Parts: sequence; structure tokens; C-alpha cells
Amino acid sequence: MTGERSWRDIDWTLLGTAFVIATLGVLEIYSATRATPWHSAHLRQMIWIGIGLGLLWICSSIDYHWLVGQSPLFYSASIVALCMVFAFGTTVNGAKRWLPLPGIPNLQVSEFVKVVIVLLVARYFAGLSREKVTIGAIAKISATVGVAVVLVKIQPDLSTSLSYVAILCMGVFLAGLRWKWVAVGAAILLLAAPLAWRSMEPYQKDRLTAFLEPEKDPRGKGYQSLQSKIAVGAGGVWGQGFERGTQTQLRFLPEAHTDFIFASYAEEAGFMGVVFVLSLYFVLLMKIVNNAQTAPDAAGMHVCMGAAALLFFHVFVNIGMVVNKMPVTGIPLPLMSYGGSNLMSTFMLLGLVNNVRLRRFTN
Amino acid sequence: MSGYSEERRYNRDVETAIFQYVAAFLFLWLLTGFWQLQVQNPEIYEERAARNRVRALPVLAPRGKLLDRDGRVLVDNWPSFKVMLSRDELNLDSLPLIAEGLNIPYDRLRERMEELRDSAGPEYQQIILKESLTPTEVAFVDSHRAELRELELVRSPRRLYPREGRAAHVIGYVGEISESELNADEFALYETGAEIGKAGVEREYNDSLTGTDGSRLVLVDSRSRRIRDLELVEANPGRAVRLTLDLDLQAVAELAMDGRRGAVVALNPRNGEVLAMVSSPRFDPNKFVGGISAEDWMALLDDPDNPLLNRSIQAQLAPGSIFKPIVAWAALDSGVIDKNFQVHCGGGATFFGRYFRCHKAGGHGWVNMEEALKQSCDVFFYNLGKELGIDQIAKYAEAAGLGSKTGIDLPHEEEGVVPSSRWKVRLFRDRWWPGETISVAIGQGALTVTPIQVAQAIGGLAMGGVWYQPHLLPYGEMREMRPGFEPSEPKRAHIDPRHLDMILQGLWGVVNDGGTGSRAMIPGVEVCGKTGSAQRVSRKFAQNNDDPRLLDDAWFVGFAPCREPEIVVTALFENGIHGSYAAPIARDVIKAYYDKKARIEWTRRQHDEAPGRPEPPPVQSPSLASAEEETAAR
Repeated sequence: MTGERSWRDIDWTLLGTAFVIATLGVLEIYSATRATPWHSAHLRQMIWIGIGLGLLWICSSIDYHWLVGQSPLFYSASIVALCMVFAFGTTVNGAKRWLPLPGIPNLQVSEFVKVVIVLLVARYFAGLSREKVTIGAIAKISATVGVAVVLVKIQPDLSTSLSYVAILCMGVFLAGLRWKWVAVGAAILLLAAPLAWRSMEPYQKDRLTAFLEPEKDPRGKGYQSLQSKIAVGAGGVWGQGFERGTQTQLRFLPEAHTDFIFASYAEEAGFMGVVFVLSLYFVLLMKIVNNAQTAPDAAGMHVCMGAAALLFFHVFVNIGMVVNKMPVTGIPLPLMSYGGSNLMSTFMLLGLVNNVRLRRFTN
Repeated sequence: MSGYSEERRYNRDVETAIFQYVAAFLFLWLLTGFWQLQVQNPEIYEERAARNRVRALPVLAPRGKLLDRDGRVLVDNWPSFKVMLSRDELNLDSLPLIAEGLNIPYDRLRERMEELRDSAGPEYQQIILKESLTPTEVAFVDSHRAELRELELVRSPRRLYPREGRAAHVIGYVGEISESELNADEFALYETGAEIGKAGVEREYNDSLTGTDGSRLVLVDSRSRRIRDLELVEANPGRAVRLTLDLDLQAVAELAMDGRRGAVVALNPRNGEVLAMVSSPRFDPNKFVGGISAEDWMALLDDPDNPLLNRSIQAQLAPGSIFKPIVAWAALDSGVIDKNFQVHCGGGATFFGRYFRCHKAGGHGWVNMEEALKQSCDVFFYNLGKELGIDQIAKYAEAAGLGSKTGIDLPHEEEGVVPSSRWKVRLFRDRWWPGETISVAIGQGALTVTPIQVAQAIGGLAMGGVWYQPHLLPYGEMREMRPGFEPSEPKRAHIDPRHLDMILQGLWGVVNDGGTGSRAMIPGVEVCGKTGSAQRVSRKFAQNNDDPRLLDDAWFVGFAPCREPEIVVTALFENGIHGSYAAPIARDVIKAYYDKKARIEWTRRQHDEAPGRPEPPPVQSPSLASAEEETAAR
């Protein structure tokens, strides 16, 4: 098997695109934090990218069949780790998401669980022929993934737990979706919406209302959406220039180097810059889908599409939030937002996609 | 769904293609969001971003100083801070913190904020939350910029008035413009929150005293910390205004009035300049600076002595015998008597069936004009009144300026009343009864005057019938301030010099020849004058009541020298019982005037005789020293 792989088989477009996006992220982190207490964040981000590339290489090298095969084990370990977060985690901004580990920076376990869930869902559906995809079978995998979803949801980290659901949905969609189910599901969702509203946390309700009417309460929950909108709008067509965006530089824009990095970028790079980066993300996604289409087997295809679903979910929800098309959720923009865990898990997923590509002729 | 081949049963080209289209579609949808914000109307957001980072702060212009005639500072400014509140930033949750830090009672603050929130005014408007902050309060606002974005410190120069209400009624005071004033033409150019003159010279010359505010555009970050100034338009301070008032005379006059109710007006009859103007009791205009407290305001309104009233232009009282020189002039000029006219006073006389008493129970015996003025014989003037009739009296009184505003440059002057038959018909739809004239002839009855009218009338009479309009701004100052300004011509009337001699002879006797005003005598100065003791109510009513406020008002009007006087002083001492008690007040002022004149003369001579010596120090006075101390103490 190994003999047939070569450097030329590596998906250079995919990796190059990812690297350009990550580089733009580093620049924007530098610009947004240079006058703040986090002014060395871009250096740490560069270190994370280095580590991420290492993880990418590891995830490309180990045969994905083995990884998919071991996924139940990984998943069990993930659940244990999530429980440990629950027991020993550090609380930041009211959420317990980080696991303190001796010697290395705190890790956000839920980010790595994403990779495991991609593998787990791939394993489950790859072994299932289209005829065997029944409500019962779907319920079974949903219940399994549901454990992680719930554990992350109660951290609380709604958006990450929803990203797991996105992977699952992609799996179901590929495995063989019945339109009848979709109709029934939609009906249930419609009926359940009022109930869901009632069971929401007050901060979630606030965010949702703020999303619908950001101008109403500029100092409160809508503040972030409004400032983001102002930052984006102030960018205009050509942008205010690197290190020149006033919303970013004068810190009116909250979370300018993490969740709202794309607003900072949009202010300084303008509409043209936005089109450029959105194109890069689109190319990245299309390359992943391309690899899924050329995958040698069902497991490979599922791994690629799981990664695609997850990245798409993140990019869409994060950028949607920046332009007020989505409610404000604490969700990072893959490859651009500052943060080690997300960067590493993203590079791991890209590694898995590359892994599938490297082995596309071996079947 | 039969598209997939046998060998690749896992083929999901359809599903992955659906995903690709959905992703492409949603990316385009996101892009429309950016298109709307960044391409379609970025101006809105550029403007919003500018509003975020740029704050316009007013740079308040200090009001012009007020100076006395020698250029000594009467009213100055001192630097202070006020805190403004932006309504659109207001967060009711931060009220407890604001209340504590600024020492405002929480309930009152909350009430005010709720009112504001409900009021219809524009959202962006800033309101004054508190003025004259203490250093601790300034530090509080400064250190809470991040949490309390709604607060803004503004340097605001404050008015500093002389202590103890010196010249308070002339100066007036400032305050925040009221709703009704905002609608008045006079203040058309002012905006809510502006500080304007509310009374006195502060109001009369508000436009000149008010400077032009500048502005400062400041770049701030999200925590309202100032990054740097973007633009600065300097404030243009208001014009300093010099008054005709002489601080030395003013101080002497106020001292003389201490503990008494009444007024003093000192004029230069040769040009109408007001040298001193006192109303007693006084008030402290400093209490009005930055908004008077409700307690202080109520205390002023409830005070039975009414300290806010400027008695020198607003007290309308019967003049009593100080009206007699006018009647004397009227009688002589109209020819109803000749210069030898004499009357026998037996302590009273009957006119039109009613007995009128003279103030001297035993009577004055045979009196002529000079003697009648000197002793203030009522019977003599009853006779003049009878001969003249009311309308003749009114004609001369009005010619001397009584019964109408003098037109002094102060707001809210009163007119007084000069009764006449037309006046009676107009007001009471009744004819004038000749018996009423008898009282008017001695300055009683319906006749009322203000102290400034008396000063103008008697001063102008002594000038030989030239009545200048009293004014507080020197004409030179007015010409500078309002180009094209021309002083109004004095009113003139004919006075026969022989008649004037007789009257002045009498008025000289009042002070210098054992008359009623001997207490106004100043050795070496030719002081003339006339006392007046005016009844407030009928003698009978006063006897049955021992309310001290029903006692006779004491008047004295004195001038010096006799011919073409340079100073005329009216002193009104309310409930002072007899005019002779008002005489020393006027004397003090006239003496201060001549003392100062002599001192200046002396220093100048010293200087002229030894030109090599350094310039003599300017005339100093205790009042000046105290005003300077006050300024320095702030």
C-alpha cells in the first residue's frame, strides 16, 4: 500500500488554500491585538499552526481504515475526557470547556471530539448498506453521538454540540435519506419549536432576540452584532487598510481576534478581501467534496464529507453571525480565529481528508 | 435512485453534488450580506463607526468680566468641572454607582432619569447632571470612563460674584435658560442648557457678556479613553464690560444700609452715570451659579424683606416731602405764586372742608419758600397744591421724569404713579376731587416714585432743568460695544434761574442752616438736600397698629455742589420714621465721593511735583482688597 503513495498524491490545493487562510488569520490576529494585552497572540497562533501541520502529517500517514476501525475506542476515551472536563475543567466566561493538563496549555476537549465523531459516523454508515438504513439504525447512532452532544451542550457550548449534529446529519444524508422522514422531521421541528424556546437558557433567548433586533439594545446583548455590522460596513469595498480599522483598533468590536475575526478582517480588507477569503473557503470545501467523490470506499467518502459538513457548519454560522444572518454564538472560524484547539482539530480533519486522497487508488 | 454503478455501491455523487450546490448557494447568500453592508450603503456604517470613535466635547467660553468704573474686577470666573450625561448612552443599571460617586441622592437621580427617558427631546442631547464638581467627584468620573460611558466631564468656567452680595442687584445673576426663555426672541440664539443672565446687568448685557463656545473632537476607544484630539476650535471668551459703578461708593452705601431695608442711588446728574446703586437687604448671587438649590430659592421667596427686589428701581413708594422741590418749581414756574409768597402755618389748615395737619404740631408761623423747604412746612405746600391743581403738579412732575421709567439699562424697572385727573378717570372712572390734590402736594396720596426717579428728578432740577438718562454703562463703552450707538438726548425744561436760586437756597438751608437734613452736613462740601417722611398708611391706622412695617418711610435726596451738582444721592430707609434718619446715609456716600476725589487730586499733585518718582499706586480701597482676596481664595 505504502509504495503507491507519493508526494504528488498529496492534495496541494487543499493544503495551500488552508495555509493561505491561516496566514491571513495570523495577520489579522496581529492587527487586532497589537494594542491589547494579547498582543503576542499571532506568535502563539503560528506555533499552533506548526503543531497543526504536524498533526496533519500524522493524520495523513496512519491509514484511515485503521483510524475508522478504532473509532469506538477513541469515542469511549472522548466521553471519559468530556466527563473529566466536567469534573476538573476550568471555567471561562461561565462555560466549563477547557481541560487543564500539566505542562501544556489547556485544551478544549470538545474540539478534538469532532474528529472522533467524524470517524465514528464514517465507521457506522460505511458498514451499513442502503437497505439497512432504517429509523432504528439512525436512532442507534444518534443515541451514541447524543452522549457527546449532551455532555458538550451542558458545558454549556451549544454551537459545538450542534456541530456534532451537523456531522451526524451529513452521515444520515449520505447513508440514504428517505424524503418521508425529512417531511416528518420538519413537522416535528415545527411543533417542537415553541417547546425548545421555553427550555432555552435566558442568555440563549437574549442572543436570539438580539439577533432578530440588534439595534434595540445597543449596550446589551445586541451590542456584539451591532458592532460587528458597523465594523463590516465601515470596511466598504476596499477596506480601511491593515491595522487601520477603527472598530477593531479602538476595540469597539468585541472578540476581534477570536469569534469576530472575520468582522475585523472585513473592516480592514473590505468587500474585495471578503470575496477573496470566502472563495478560499469555498475552494477548500469543494476540494474536500472532490476527495469524497474520488474516495476508494464508503468509509473514506464518509470521513471526507463529515469533515466538509463540520467545516461548512463552522464557516457558515461564524460568518453568518458576522453579517447578522445568524445569531451570535461562540463559534470560531476555522483556520482564522485565534485558538489552538480549533486550529489543531481543523488540521487533523484536513489530514484525514488528505489521508483518503493518498489512498484513493489502493482499493 | 438507480444512478450508482455496481462496482461502486458506496457512490454518492448525487448527494455530494447536492451538498456542493447548497454550500455554493449559502456562500452566495452570505456574500449578499457583505454586499449590503459594504457596497450598497457603507456610509451608514462609516458614520456609525465615526460616532463610535469621535466624541464632540464643548469647550465652554467664559463670560465676560464685569469691572467697576476704575477697572476693578466686580465679577470674575473660576475654573470648574461639570458632568454631562448623554441620554442615548444612559443605562439605568448604573444609576446607583453614579448616585454614590457624584453624591446625588439616588431617589432624586432616578426620578430625574425616568422623567428624561419619558420626555420627548432628542436622544443625543446631553444634559447637565451636576455642576461645580469637587475634586473627588472629578476623579470618580475620570476613573469610571469605561463603565459609565454616559458621563462626560466638561470644563466649565463659573461665575464668581463678590462676597456678601456686593452690588448684587446691579450685577444680577446667571442661571440655566428656562423653557419660557427659550421661546423668547431675546434668547432665540441659545440652546437648552445654556447659561444666561437672569437679572441685572448679567441679563441686560447678556449678549456681549456671553462668549462663543468652541468645540473639541476627540478620538476615543471603546472604553471612552481619549486617544487624541482630532480638532480643536478655541472658545471665544465674552467681552469684559466696564460699568459706571464706583466700587468705593458702592461699598460705603452698602455699609450705610446694613441692617436696614431700603435703597441708595447715586448718580452723576451731569451725564446720568450711576455711581452706586444699593438695594437692601442683599442676596448672594453665588448661590445661583450652577442652579440654586430648592431650599435657597424658597428661602429667598419666603423672606418678608424680599431680598430679590431691586428697591432702587422697583420700590414704588410715596416720596413724602422730597417731592416738595418739584411742587415749588411748579408753583414758581407756572406763576401761581410770586417769589414773595408767604403763608402762616399754625400747625394745620382746612382745605375743601377737611383739616390737614402740618408735621409740626405748633406750626411754623409765617414762612416763605426758602423757609418752607428748610423746615418742610406742609401748610405752605398745601396752599401751593391748592393753587396749582393736580394737573399742573402732574405736568411738572412728569417733566422731571416721575411717573415713567427712567430707562436705566436694567430689566424690570417700575414706573411709579403721578396722579392726574386723566389718570383718575382712566383708572377709576371717576373725577378728581380737589381735596386729593392737597396730599399730593406734600408727596402723599396716590403719588409713588422709585428711588432712581427721585435721584434723576432732583439732580436734573438742580442742574437747571436737564435730566440725563441714568445708565450703568459708560457711553464710551457703549460705543465700543454697539457701533453707531448714540446716547439719548437729555430731557430739558425751562427753569427761571431766580426760581432755581430760591429752591436751591431752601435746599441748602435744609442741610446747612438748621433744617431737617442737618445730619447730611459735610464740612467743606456744599451739600444741599431734602428730607422726606412718607406715610405708608393713615396716621390713625398706624397709631392703632404697632406693626413696624407701617412706620413712615424715611427719604433723603442730597446733592453737591448746589449748582450743577456732580453727585446726587437718594437714600430710602423703609420704616425709618423720619427723613432725618436717611440723611446720614446720603451724607456717607457724598463724603466718600469727595474724599476719593481729594485723594486722587493729592496723589496727582504729588506726582506732578516730583515727576522722577515712580507712578503712585492706584487708589486702593477695602472693597477692592476684599474682592481680590475672594478671587484669590477660589
